[in-house]
Amino acid sequence: MKTFVYIDHFKGDVQPAAWEALGLAKSFGSAIALVFGSGAEAVAKTALEYGADEVLLADDSALTDYRAETYASTLTALASSLSPNLILFPTTTRTREFAAMSALDLNSNVITDATAVEVNGDSVVVTRPIYEGKLFEKVTCSGTPQFITIRGRAFPKPEQQVGKSGTITKVEAKTDAISTVEGYSVAAVGVSLSDAGVIVSGGRGVSNNPSLQSPAGLDDKQAEIWKAQQGFGLITDLATTLGGAVGASRAAVDAGYIPYSNQVGQTGKVVAPDLYIACGISGAIQHLAGIRSAKMVVAINKDADAPIFKQARYGVVGDLFVIVPALNAAFKKKLGK
Amino acid sequence: MKIIACIKQVPDSEAKVRAEGGQVNWGDAPLVINPFDEYAVEGALQQREAVSGSTVTALCIGPESAREALKHALAMGADEAVLVSDAALNELDTVGAARVLAAAIQKLGADMVVFGRQTLDSGSGLTAAQTARVLGWPMLGLVGQIKIEERSVSVERVIEEGRQSVKANLPAVLSVVQSIGEPRYPSFMGIRKASKATIPAWSLSDLGISAPAAVIKRSELLNPPARETTIDIITGDSPEAIAETLVEKILAEKVL
Repeated sequence: MKTFVYIDHFKGDVQPAAWEALGLAKSFGSAIALVFGSGAEAVAKTALEYGADEVLLADDSALTDYRAETYASTLTALASSLSPNLILFPTTTRTREFAAMSALDLNSNVITDATAVEVNGDSVVVTRPIYEGKLFEKVTCSGTPQFITIRGRAFPKPEQQVGKSGTITKVEAKTDAISTVEGYSVAAVGVSLSDAGVIVSGGRGVSNNPSLQSPAGLDDKQAEIWKAQQGFGLITDLATTLGGAVGASRAAVDAGYIPYSNQVGQTGKVVAPDLYIACGISGAIQHLAGIRSAKMVVAINKDADAPIFKQARYGVVGDLFVIVPALNAAFKKKLGK
Repeated sequence: MKIIACIKQVPDSEAKVRAEGGQVNWGDAPLVINPFDEYAVEGALQQREAVSGSTVTALCIGPESAREALKHALAMGADEAVLVSDAALNELDTVGAARVLAAAIQKLGADMVVFGRQTLDSGSGLTAAQTARVLGWPMLGLVGQIKIEERSVSVERVIEEGRQSVKANLPAVLSVVQSIGEPRYPSFMGIRKASKATIPAWSLSDLGISAPAAVIKRSELLNPPARETTIDIITGDSPEAIAETLVEKILAEKVL
């Protein structure tokens, strides 16, 4: 099995799932890491430390900014000349796109969001979620190479062996760009939902704090959103204590309490944290499907009949505005923060 | 400017979807336009309004029943709709869909093609980029803002790290995300217009192509493992006592 692993990064910051893909590749045999970009030598060296047997580095100013066409063509050329059986990627906005194009170039296709990969000789069977995680399918790809993007946190991350070295070979970049990147506005995004070990999520219930008086001059909707933001403030505090990310239910997003990028389940993100704390979330079917891979769910809701309790390991029937701050204080004390 | 919005029909997001006898069963839940594709139609309509003399065509691959999804796009305000329907298209993977869509787009002619970010059923999110690749047009994926100037399009792409501004010449293929704006509700007039509209159905021979063979095949369909949880409801005399017990229990299970 000759496996390529694409190390996805943004200006040198590697998506953590790239290392997980590298670890997965190593479990089948040897792994050749691919690094694209300009001035990306440091990423190539880190790939060796995470277990890559060698690195192919396409380092070119044409690859400074990600563009689907140049990245796809660079990959297609490499795969055509070196004929890997398998190319693994972390699932990211970039890889989904240029892997799609390169696979088309090579008369193959991409299996996305893999949560399990079984290799037997040349046969590769991939498990992936469909219907927002309500079902799973096992699929095979009859094209060569087989392109697989793995879901974050589905596979163990290998240990980094600092100082481990190896061969880095420069390879040619393709320069067939048909678009121009004009700039970035890079947000301070904090921990992303897909990579988070802990997620604290809020639902519609976060705006219902009875003891809160909204500032004068707001209409009903503005007052509701203001109250919700105070509620999400408590949730953010707890997430920060636990080094986690803030999530939300669709109801909270639709009500305008928090941006779409925080949404979990139903046309939002499928997540796989170790700990998921649902605050004021009743638990619509799509939300429950979205959090199915969470190792432990804790639910805080004032309605004892809320469906979220059916999927929770621990539950508190009570007022989230009282419980969440108390929980934050208790975690701080126990974790020595 | 001629704009095409590519849509798909899927089981409603509220559906309880189960694997039964190797088939996907969504009970009596309705089939609807893929929710992400409503944003594609919305984005297309916004640009029709921004660039005078523009039209929006909704395009869908699917069985006869998929006309309902196209009618939804018409009711939202699309000018026309085309269904690509052919018995040979039952086993289509994304590369196959891209080849069929590209042929239909060539036949219709377009300056801009808009997709939703992914579908609710398979959810691979590959078709837009593969369609762009077949056409040889620029791919601008996960777009939250669109601005057309003369023969070029400037967009803001929503990526993990923030936003990337990109410009390309038309024709181009875009996929849009939710920040494009909430999809408009079908108007009463729109629904009336949609119910009267004739939606042509094109076969593969109308497009002059043969059925692409699927490279990706499903070997098994699985229900997710049942979650074996027994819930412990934590109680106590005060919120502090409840919190303390809960924290101890969470830490004892060593999930952190």
